[in-house]
Amino acid sequence: MKQNLVVIGAGMASGRVLEHLTEAAPDAFDITLFNAEPRGNYNRIMLSPVLSGEKTYDEIVTHDDAWYAERGITCRFGERVLEIDREAKVVVGENGHVPYDKLILGTGSNPFMIPLPGHDLDGVIAYRDLEDTERMMGLGAGHKCVVIGGGLLGLEAAAGMAARGVDVTVVHIMGHLMERQLDEAAGYLLKKSLEDKGITIRLQANSKEILGEDGRVKALLLEDGTELPCDLLVMAVGIRPNVALGQAAGLAVGKGVHVDDQMVTSDADVLAVGECVEHQGAIFGLVAPLYDQAKVAAQTLLGEEAAFVQKSLSTKLKVTGCDLFSAGDFAEGEGREDIVFRDPARGVYKRLVLDGSKLIGAVMYGDTADGNWFFGLIKDGTDIEEMRETLIFGPAYQGGAAVDPLSAVAALPRDAEICGCNGICKGTIVDAISGGATDLGAVKATTKASASCGTCTGLVEQLLQVTLGDAFQMPTAQPVCGCTDLSHEDVRRLIKTKPLQSQEAVWQELGWSTRNGCHVCRPAINFYLLADWPLEYQDDPQSRFINERKHANIQKDGTFSVVPRMWGGITTPDELRAIADAADKYDVPTVKVTGGQRIDLLGVKGEDLPSIWSDLNRAGMVSGHAYSKGLRTVKTCVGTDHCRFGTQDSTGLGIKLEKVLWGSWTPHKLKLAVSGCPRNCAEATCKDIGVVCVDSGYQISIGGAAGMDVKETELLIQVPTEAEAIEVVMAVTQLYREGAKYLDRMYKWMAKVGLDWIKEQIEDPETRQALVARFELSQSIYRKDPWAEHAQDRAETYAPLADLTLEAAE
Amino acid sequence: MAWIDIGALEAVPVRGARVLKTDMGCVAVFRTGEAEVFATDNTCPHKGGPLAEGIVHGQRVTCPLHNWVLDLNSGEAVGEDARIATYPLRVEAGRILIDATELTRRSAA
Repeated sequence: MKQNLVVIGAGMASGRVLEHLTEAAPDAFDITLFNAEPRGNYNRIMLSPVLSGEKTYDEIVTHDDAWYAERGITCRFGERVLEIDREAKVVVGENGHVPYDKLILGTGSNPFMIPLPGHDLDGVIAYRDLEDTERMMGLGAGHKCVVIGGGLLGLEAAAGMAARGVDVTVVHIMGHLMERQLDEAAGYLLKKSLEDKGITIRLQANSKEILGEDGRVKALLLEDGTELPCDLLVMAVGIRPNVALGQAAGLAVGKGVHVDDQMVTSDADVLAVGECVEHQGAIFGLVAPLYDQAKVAAQTLLGEEAAFVQKSLSTKLKVTGCDLFSAGDFAEGEGREDIVFRDPARGVYKRLVLDGSKLIGAVMYGDTADGNWFFGLIKDGTDIEEMRETLIFGPAYQGGAAVDPLSAVAALPRDAEICGCNGICKGTIVDAISGGATDLGAVKATTKASASCGTCTGLVEQLLQVTLGDAFQMPTAQPVCGCTDLSHEDVRRLIKTKPLQSQEAVWQELGWSTRNGCHVCRPAINFYLLADWPLEYQDDPQSRFINERKHANIQKDGTFSVVPRMWGGITTPDELRAIADAADKYDVPTVKVTGGQRIDLLGVKGEDLPSIWSDLNRAGMVSGHAYSKGLRTVKTCVGTDHCRFGTQDSTGLGIKLEKVLWGSWTPHKLKLAVSGCPRNCAEATCKDIGVVCVDSGYQISIGGAAGMDVKETELLIQVPTEAEAIEVVMAVTQLYREGAKYLDRMYKWMAKVGLDWIKEQIEDPETRQALVARFELSQSIYRKDPWAEHAQDRAETYAPLADLTLEAAE
Repeated sequence: MAWIDIGALEAVPVRGARVLKTDMGCVAVFRTGEAEVFATDNTCPHKGGPLAEGIVHGQRVTCPLHNWVLDLNSGEAVGEDARIATYPLRVEAGRILIDATELTRRSAA
């Protein structure tokens, strides 16, 4: 006697159940299939190729009318199920009742819509079914679309529409794309290739409101005030199991409809499969486990023994030209090790995560051919100890040569600028080498490359090596650190040339051998990036030495010192009172006058920093940056105000210079002084930049030092006006910021590039103006008080995460 | 095992650390990746530098005082014959949990 089977939802999981059932026991059930969408089962995960135009809807239909007819399945498509009456064992549809012996819930999931103001405007859609896809396909070239969500679905929607000529912006709240499947490095590569497809990606972007006009979407407003105009807004931020019917019927429901290992719900006659279920606390969005569930459900219905087991999953993104693969677990846990492989020339990144002798996770970008082999090792828990050394090269390992350190230079296009001073491109240099310039001197003579400041010398030598092979003997350059073979000069040049605008870009494109650098290279790279890309790159506190991260100098006992700025060494009774009050309030053990004409409060506890800063801020004082590789102080004498020998207002100029320069980051610390006459009471001639006032103007000299080395400054230029003196100081500071190796004081940089070259740059009015403009641009970001910012926004990070001693006391 | 919730994962910056005060002294809680965390003693075996203030790279930290590098998995000082204690951590639903057995033993005794 046939049993009545009712299936609610014609999706991929329930469709697979029907396939198994009708194949194994074609006559066991009278089947009725409800579906709210007016069609049968189609391959939902292939909607992206439909959207991009690579497939048509007909090609992705899994079960057509004939398929259902052959199997005698009664289809009630386009009809909603209103209710399940479990007592009477009847399903109530819009067009009538159907009694059941067994029932399968396959109600799938609903897209999650963020309840932003304006989410119900016309033109705000999800990406879930064919209707959404058709809506996107109908947008037409030249229109604008914003996609919220940088996960799998959001990116496929974005790429599909971009392929149709739509101007697409993806807004993602996290720091990198597809953060659940990818690590930062692969996320960076993915972002880059999507940007190459013309898609704009905005990371760490918080949506605030959807703006509309006459009931239609007009733009998305971000928290930071940016407005992104759009004709269509797609929300692809996740799915929620659709449990409404099951819940109304009184089934046990959590995040999804609860099922046991046999896919049976809390009612023995009701099964559930697919995205609507919750199994052992997990819900499901990828297709592989759904198919496993379908098979188990079919076997259960047929009285066979079967159990659903959760397995690790792999993901591939269906975007043409973005070859990425991720599997297993690559982010969490203690005791794990990484094996990283990068080949910048081919844009390949692979990372394997090992736990003991087992592979537990893999992320790959650019070359995913071995993905399934790695996935197999993960699933099977294979012991990889034996092949550990060569594992990352995949099954076809053939000797596994190390990554070529020259590949970054080899990968540069011909029009990449190598020598910034003389504007010489890679192509010109390679042609010169091929034309017979086979050593550095000859290349300098024929092309002028590396003939000026010389910072690109390393790159020119690498080009000689790439072009001439073994015929060229490379001089050994000192690499930045153990993470790379490139020197500081090479890295700086490549950051400008390629261009590289993020740490991830540097690690990947320059073939770093570690996941995210080390304590030697990270602060250097962070400085190079912020100096070269003030607007594009955001300073990373985690790549700074503690003093610059916490804006105070760490002392040997772990306490800190606090030095408020005293512009040009000038203070007031009110400021001094505020400093004295702060010293009392925070039990400061030592108060010292520094050599830079200000006051140091030594021995402040880390937890007290934000509050002592707030107190000093209230008295009008800001950070003195006594801890930074940046502007420290401008020391002054009293000049014409009081001194009978003073020739100019040295105090005034010192204050002006300090107000212009403060907050700027430099390769090493930067100390200035202004003396009002050649008696030089401010000791200007042993500073990085010193100004000595004379009757006819201002003598500006650079490259002094009074530390491990003692150096006298050398004259750079004499100028007649104060305004010009300020301009020159800004220009030479910027030149130093742009060219010097990290942790080279100005005198060391000067020794490398030569004072004559610096003079040429500063004396040329056009170059000087350009340097000043670039310095001002950078200062528009960095000329601000970090103390005020930290005291306001980050105070909690200075306190302990938790205090267990308090709990113990309770 | 006695798992105690010590705070949100988000409260520790990626490639950064925060301090946890316990009866046995300060413990440094490191976050080396989006959801990768470690806990060790906060005190460098060299001259007692506060490790939570160091630069975090890969699964290591560099002491801010004299650049000793400590492996967060094993607690071993790289290239030196010294080590620090490590403590089991778990991340669950965006919260960090620490096994407090070791951390409260001394105070109970």
